[in-house]
Amino acid sequence: MSAVEYARPAVRNAPIDVGGLAEKVAVRNLDFFYGENRALKSIDVSLYLGRVTAFIGPSGCGKSTLLRVLNRMYDLYPNQRATGHVTLDGQDILAPSQDLNLLRAKVGMVFQKPTPFPMTIYENIAFGIRLYEKLPKSELDDRVRDALVRAALWEEVKNKLGASGLSLSGGQQQRLCIARTVAVKPEVILFDEPCSALDPISTAKIEELIAELKDDYTIAIVTHNMQQAARVSDFTAFMYLGELIEFGDTSKIFTAPDDRRTQDYITGRFG
Amino acid sequence: MAIYDSRRRRNRVAKVMAVGATVFGLAWLVLILAVLLWEGFSGLSLAVFTQMTPPPGSAGGLLNPIVGSLIMTVIAVAIGTPLGILAGTYMAEYGRYDKLTIVVRFINDILLSAPSIVIGLFIYEVMVAQMGHFSGWAGAMALAVIVVPVVVRTTEDMLILVPDTLREAAASIGLPRSLMIRRVAYRAARAGMVTGVLLAVARISGETAPLLFTALNNQFWSLNLNAPVASLPVVIFQFALSPYSDWQKLAWTGALIITLAVLALSIIARTLAAQRKSS
Repeated sequence: MSAVEYARPAVRNAPIDVGGLAEKVAVRNLDFFYGENRALKSIDVSLYLGRVTAFIGPSGCGKSTLLRVLNRMYDLYPNQRATGHVTLDGQDILAPSQDLNLLRAKVGMVFQKPTPFPMTIYENIAFGIRLYEKLPKSELDDRVRDALVRAALWEEVKNKLGASGLSLSGGQQQRLCIARTVAVKPEVILFDEPCSALDPISTAKIEELIAELKDDYTIAIVTHNMQQAARVSDFTAFMYLGELIEFGDTSKIFTAPDDRRTQDYITGRFG
Repeated sequence: MAIYDSRRRRNRVAKVMAVGATVFGLAWLVLILAVLLWEGFSGLSLAVFTQMTPPPGSAGGLLNPIVGSLIMTVIAVAIGTPLGILAGTYMAEYGRYDKLTIVVRFINDILLSAPSIVIGLFIYEVMVAQMGHFSGWAGAMALAVIVVPVVVRTTEDMLILVPDTLREAAASIGLPRSLMIRRVAYRAARAGMVTGVLLAVARISGETAPLLFTALNNQFWSLNLNAPVASLPVVIFQFALSPYSDWQKLAWTGALIITLAVLALSIIARTLAAQRKSS
């Protein structure tokens, strides 16, 4: 499949100005099935280079499912399949020949609950780096440090890198997970409700972090918190019952959505 | 208020019955341990650990059965643990949703509860009868067959307790499955898996029936695994049934040694399990 064939902008209802933006990830006509259950219905959407795209919608609408297609996380489980086209830089990632480990190195993911590995803080980060690069100790130290600095965690852990990753607080653990993801140098980062288990101060830190990271990465974030979507994202997609109802500039979606359902959801009339 | 009072009465009756049942069960355990200590402790001496099993009427110890038991246990664990861990890993990680796993789990559960004398007879048929003589190898194999299902079960159970979110996190940085299992899942499940192996050791260290048909027994010092090998449980069995009071005394001492060793292992296993919960 050539990328050109799918190069039309992903616009449903709200036209967006994507002038000059490079399309990093393109989802076209995507269906997803849990067994017989069709959880995503003909999804068309794009992630743009250096931009944050938020996915909002009530529980069970398919936001997380969509995210898990983008790094093919669903492949870990039986009876789950996706049909349609998803391209990363023009490459079809749903192709059976796609190397999943390489794909996931390019498309990182941060989960709802912090998931540090049962090893030291240092090893949590170094582990991923060593998978792809053979570095001398001093360089590895630098890379671990860089990742922790990027994740705004360095100051809090620099004196206890040998402590277990599990000894950190929830918010710290989540930043450790972000550092771990960043350390592998992905191109796209998927955040699946990264703040739902965190207190407001930790949440604010993670949001700042996302704002900083977007210069270098293409970011998608699933969130139940509409203020959060409005704060951190450039584009917002509203999903409902497995369909993408509306996609557009975040400011437009939150002030003047075209679809009645979007309007009802953001004003809290259902969901 | 009447409803509340009658509920309180029923509560009190249930409590008394529960405490009574606990005391009844524990009393026997305490009694067994007390008799064991009473009868066995006086026989504990250096000679027990340095001298061979004696003929009736002479002085002696339990060195050859202690060493025989240790050797066969170590070999059994060395054979059974890798097999058990590999099978448990397949069932929990690679084949979790496969039909084969369901079949293997079912068969493993049967093996887990199979009477050990059946396992002894099986090894007698396939090894002792074929080789034409009893041997330490046959004894170790019989014990290994008992170790495998215990380790399979605990490995699978412990790996299934490792949350899928951790597996997804490992996959999300592009970790291949084999590395995820070795470096992340094993690490998370380590204490539980070690506990399983220790439980298997505790289980086989008291087994008599499978050794009767395989390793038999040996009155003399022998490290030759191609020949019959002495073991504590079989010596206890033989000496306890004998009419000689000095042999009976040694049997009590041997029983005490096994019990203390298993107790020590259980304490280690519990401590490790507790660490797992707290970390």
